[in-house]
Amino acid sequence: MVNLIWAAMAIIGILYAMFNGTMDDVNKAIFTSAEDAVSLSITLISTLVFWLGMMRIAEKAGILNGLAKLFRPIVLKIFPDIPSDHPAIGYILSNFTANMFGLGNAATPMGIKAMEQMKELSGGSDRASRSMITFLAMNTSSLTIIPTTVIAIRMQYDSMAPTEIVGTTIIATVISTISALIIDRIFYYRSIRRN
Amino acid sequence: MSFITTVSAWLIPFILLLILLTATWKKIPSYELFVEGGKEGIKMAVSLLPFLVGMIVSISILRSSGALEAFIELITPLLALIGIPPDIIPLALVRPISGTAALGMTTELISTHGPDSFIGRLASTMQGSTDTTLYILTVYFGAIGIRKMGYALKVGLLADLIGILASVVIVTLIFG
Repeated sequence: MVNLIWAAMAIIGILYAMFNGTMDDVNKAIFTSAEDAVSLSITLISTLVFWLGMMRIAEKAGILNGLAKLFRPIVLKIFPDIPSDHPAIGYILSNFTANMFGLGNAATPMGIKAMEQMKELSGGSDRASRSMITFLAMNTSSLTIIPTTVIAIRMQYDSMAPTEIVGTTIIATVISTISALIIDRIFYYRSIRRN
Repeated sequence: MSFITTVSAWLIPFILLLILLTATWKKIPSYELFVEGGKEGIKMAVSLLPFLVGMIVSISILRSSGALEAFIELITPLLALIGIPPDIIPLALVRPISGTAALGMTTELISTHGPDSFIGRLASTMQGSTDTTLYILTVYFGAIGIRKMGYALKVGLLADLIGILASVVIVTLIFG
């Protein structure tokens, strides 16, 4: 499906440009966006190195385990495939925490780390496991409690109450996250029934 | 207000303090561990690069050709029928595909309609309550080499749809 979407976006764009005289823009966009992607990866290096370094300390110092112990019952309900003493739980929880506070930069390295642990659990297969998809669904539905970027933009445009959207954001986030979990379960049970 | 800005400014330094104090207390070689963990980050970023270049180029072809805009124009009246404000529809459609484009649109909506207008509040809520599904999928699955994604994309996109509808309903109920 990703292959299809990926190719379709480019194909539709190029075909559309043929008939609408935007081929010049497309041509330019191909090269500037490739450059943008590289500079994004370079920006990512700094956050990945920094947070993965810090998280290694946190792991060895037992902080991740402590966090995992605290929320174990909830996490095990959401991820029934993960053994209760597995290090993946600590990374999942730190990813959730970072997301809640709108620290997207910190959330990404921890999320990748969590995914890595889940891949180990599924024996290194290149197929997305049940827990991986659940984790991904929760991340795409966003877990933000304090949307820092949005608040900053609102302040920049002289909002009378820059934080008044925190409440609506939390309610919308809770609804979308719970729906993501439900949809994930439905698809999971459908996929077992099919096999 | 000042409370929340203080919290977000203090949070990261505070987490670092907690990690470093615990490590020092337990006599763990913190600096060596940091370097060791950090090395992994370089490898990760390098392995991500082709995934990001591929995805971002494809999205930008779609955007720069004008096809995305045309599609949005086409679908706007349909979505307006079910009560979604037309001004917000481009943002709703772009949010799962491109994070930078969505942030740009949110900023523009807030600047043209004002942060405290209905559209401004709705754009703010929408921006905060869903995330860029395609980017997360690319980065997370790309970094660890998952090729068979199963039903992951479908679940992600359906959750986005619900998040967007929920934002419209909630903002209408609370601020409408």
